[in-house]
Amino acid sequence: MTTPHDRIDGRPDRRASGAEPEPGVRPAPEPPRRLPEFDFAAYRSTELRSPRQPLVIPPSGATEPTGPVFGVADVHPLDADLTAQHVGEPLGERIVVGGRVLDESGRPLRGQLVELWQANAAGRYPHKADRHPAPLDPNFTGAGRCLTDEEGRYRFVTIKPGAYPWGNHHNAWRPAHIHFSLFGTAFTQRLVTQMYFPGDPLFAYDPIFNSVRDERARRRMIAGFDMDTTVSEWALGYRWDIVLGGASATPTEDR
Amino acid sequence: MSTRPMDTSPMNTWPIGAEGDTPNPDGGLTPSQTVGPFFGYALPFAGGPDLVPPHTPGAIRVHGTVYDGAGVPVPDAVVEIWQADATGRIPRAPGSFARDGVTFTGWGRAAVDRLGRYAFSTVRPGAPGADANPYLAMSVFARGMLRRVVTRVYFPEDDRHADPLFALVPASRHETLIAVREESGSYRFDVHIQGEQETVFLAV
Repeated sequence: MTTPHDRIDGRPDRRASGAEPEPGVRPAPEPPRRLPEFDFAAYRSTELRSPRQPLVIPPSGATEPTGPVFGVADVHPLDADLTAQHVGEPLGERIVVGGRVLDESGRPLRGQLVELWQANAAGRYPHKADRHPAPLDPNFTGAGRCLTDEEGRYRFVTIKPGAYPWGNHHNAWRPAHIHFSLFGTAFTQRLVTQMYFPGDPLFAYDPIFNSVRDERARRRMIAGFDMDTTVSEWALGYRWDIVLGGASATPTEDR
Repeated sequence: MSTRPMDTSPMNTWPIGAEGDTPNPDGGLTPSQTVGPFFGYALPFAGGPDLVPPHTPGAIRVHGTVYDGAGVPVPDAVVEIWQADATGRIPRAPGSFARDGVTFTGWGRAAVDRLGRYAFSTVRPGAPGADANPYLAMSVFARGMLRRVVTRVYFPEDDRHADPLFALVPASRHETLIAVREESGSYRFDVHIQGEQETVFLAV
């Protein structure tokens, strides 16, 4: 068994042996634990892109417990159907991805913006920097948005993304995933993450997935195949619930 | 690139994706994952960096460069700000994606360019309370960052001793939280993810 605090990468935990605070500076309380840590050696790009100084718990301000509001003018209903953005239908396996956005008490987050983006069925993004020699699909861009409903539910129609190689190490492949961006009701709840598909053989080899050291927490990133989301004669369904932390202590207006 | 030995062995073994697997079985917080390198066609949007149209009366320009721990500009970061309006009120109006040029939504998003630079057009926020200075709340996401970093952009005209955050931060790091006013009137706020000048990041 591993714990969320284990370091499997053999690198000392610099945060644990941090410098003494300067005189005159109040000792910092323990910050809330967020997963994963910034620094995970197996994901090499974290080396120069991870803070080394301890995070500072800010005094409660008026700004961070609140967040932007998005409305029907911001999101078109068709934005949630990634298979309907072009003249033709994209290639690949059509899927439905849905679930609920909840706060840490399990309450639905209503009317919240959900953004998503992903590779196409061949594992290619329509991005200049993506040099993977797999075909682009003129009928698939791979970006969508929606607002959660009164129960906190979201639903996208898309195609199953392909796995793709990346330069992190020899024979490195990302498991199939969909990028998600969420806001919640507070700046503190903002989350960018990735959803994975059940049973992917690449899980054990992927440093990004494994940067979350706690097994239970890793499981929270994997959608479940779901017959209730599956549409007969049309598309398999995956269900993925998202829980946002860091809700404000001060309740915002109920929208 | 690092020359660290590459480890392609399985990092863990556990049963995954068994039939009947339920999503998020324990109801815990969904972990963060990196925004990756390929958000550029998905997250940026027209008008994203312009909370108010540039060059309108009262508009300010807040810009800067995102640097990594080697002092090299990060060409694949995305920066977001969230702020009070000019009177210190928290905006409650939707419309950030459908900018109408009038409504102030308080939120903006700017992808950096190939030189790591971002720029917002916004208003200087009013003070959020009697005992705090005005600030922009800022998030930075990038490939290689498993979580966002969060900071505050303060303005150089305000007395830092009036704001409680500065008492929690060594004086040697105060400058990393304060934008620099340039001759043009723009405010420059560079973000150093790591290194000697590492920006003060907040635990939220």
